[in-house]
Amino acid sequence: MATSIDVSDVNIYYGDFKAVEGVNMTIKARSVTAFIGPSGCGKSTFLRTLNRMHEVIPGARVEGKIVLQGQDMYAPSVDPVAVRRQVGMVFQRANPFPTMSIYENVLAGNRLNNKRLKKSEADTIVERSLKGANLWNEVKDRLNKPGMGLSGGQQQRLCIARAIAVQPQVLLMDEPCSALDPISTSAIEDLIHELKSTYTIVIVTHNMQQAARVSDETGFFNLKATGEPGHLVEFNSTEKMFTNPDNEATEAYISGRFG
Amino acid sequence: MSTSLDSPPELMPPEDEPQLEGHSTFGDRFFRFLATSAGVAIMVALALVFLFLGLEGFPGFDVDPSNYDGKGSFGSLVLALLFGTTYAAIIALIIAVPFAIGVALFISHYAPRWLSKPTAYVIDLLAAVPSVVFGLWGGLAFGPYIQPAHVWLHEHLSWLPFFSPTPSATGRTMLTAGFVLAIMILPIITSLCREIFAQTPRLHEEAALALGATRWETVRYAVFPYARSGMVSAVMLGLGRALGETMAVSMVLSSAPIITLGIIGSENSRTIAAHIAQNYKETTPDKVAVLIACGLVLFAFTFAVNALARYIVQRGERSHA
Ligand SMILES: Nc1ncnc2c1ncn2[C@@H]1O[C@H](COP(=O)(O)OP(=O)(O)O)[C@@H](O)[C@H]1O
Ligand SMILES: [Mg+2]
Repeated sequence: MATSIDVSDVNIYYGDFKAVEGVNMTIKARSVTAFIGPSGCGKSTFLRTLNRMHEVIPGARVEGKIVLQGQDMYAPSVDPVAVRRQVGMVFQRANPFPTMSIYENVLAGNRLNNKRLKKSEADTIVERSLKGANLWNEVKDRLNKPGMGLSGGQQQRLCIARAIAVQPQVLLMDEPCSALDPISTSAIEDLIHELKSTYTIVIVTHNMQQAARVSDETGFFNLKATGEPGHLVEFNSTEKMFTNPDNEATEAYISGRFG
Repeated sequence: MSTSLDSPPELMPPEDEPQLEGHSTFGDRFFRFLATSAGVAIMVALALVFLFLGLEGFPGFDVDPSNYDGKGSFGSLVLALLFGTTYAAIIALIIAVPFAIGVALFISHYAPRWLSKPTAYVIDLLAAVPSVVFGLWGGLAFGPYIQPAHVWLHEHLSWLPFFSPTPSATGRTMLTAGFVLAIMILPIITSLCREIFAQTPRLHEEAALALGATRWETVRYAVFPYARSGMVSAVMLGLGRALGETMAVSMVLSSAPIITLGIIGSENSRTIAAHIAQNYKETTPDKVAVLIACGLVLFAFTFAVNALARYIVQRGERSHA
């Protein structure tokens, strides 16, 4: 089910402003890849190009190639909607649909495309996804209550359940824990560990301990100078990045000497 | 809230800068006076209008039956007129609401930016056209123009009571009036909906998009649920305007105070506002009293509709929270 992603020579623009420049990397299937770097260096921007969410901002565009399952997702014939069904996304702030129940929130993606689900199928998907997001035990008695009634950490896990309900290939997470308390954060980190046996996971985090704890590989993004585009400084196994990085800037950032 | 308004005097003791303090207090007082008196003036004006309608119109409830346009009593006259009023407004809503929501969505979510601004502007301009102009256009140009459509509707759908009367030869019918009214209430519904649609939180729209929702699915998942109560109030405001509209309807419609479902014939129901506009030159005091009483009923009716609308909107908001 999971797949790798090949990124070559990607430049990312907001109108005339070049936000990220010259990214090349290979994201391995069934592993966790973390992006770290100072704020404003384009981590979120780059993450959002991996499921063609970048272009929903007016004027935003992407150059280069990103290959998923042997297909360049930026080829003219590819429908961005189809890409997003393969590559799910979890945002910095939990965003369950406010008018929907927990149950309906989980099924939101499955109900797209006018798909009709039998009640039994729907029940199975909801249970499987909520179990997959480690939320089932907490909400199984109140599936018809609004998703907004949950705590912040539960809402974020509900969003993860919603993303995995459609069984994507890849799961993108943009600082999924930044608005959460330490206990909820650790619940989500545990969950990421479990999910990587099924999905290719890419996570942006501003927390280096978190990157070290959850990821197999790490990419360090940085700005050459303010106003210059962000770029990928180093991409290596997490172990190497945190013990013996190739690049001096990486070492400086990780040891806390700047950023 | 109130503490934050009260706190500045503590932070800034009056001894320091008495001049400044005095100024701001004067400004405060002045604007409070202005705002309060404007609010009170509105209430008083409304109460006086109501009082006037009540005092002048009261005799109209019970005068010689010859003053009721062939109807036996005030009750049956006003019932027929209320029917016409509501009927015209509902036809206008049926035509205008889907159109207005479509245009609003086009402006807020579908059109490229260079096109959405001009479109919004043109729709807003419609609101600036005086209703007399709409009336002239509806009666003289648009009515005759869609008269063939009346014939078509009668030929193919005459089994529906709306289309069973013999089609009017002039096109000055309830259907035409409904269209004209629809165009008149389109701007207010469109601009309110457009603003609410544009305020949909990005967070929710992106949630839908990231699941692989098409644009229309994003609208259904994120925009409509967020905008629901605002859309209801927009429609209700449009309804309020349609109920009270006078000139256009009376100029378009050849009507009588009758109750008929037919909307394409030459015999059409009349609205209260049109009834007043067509008859207010009548000289006998009794007839004038009847018209004022009709006005009173229209006033009460619009008031009730608006109150109901507010109630619906508020209930919707509470269940959202
Ligand atoms: N919607 C946007 N429009 C224009 N510029 C943007 C937008 N979002 C981000 N940027 C710019 O792109 C650069 C990278 O931002 P971002 O990807 O959010 O950084 P990070 O996630 O690493 O903090 C920044 O210079 C930021 O100002
Ligand atoms: Mg970011």
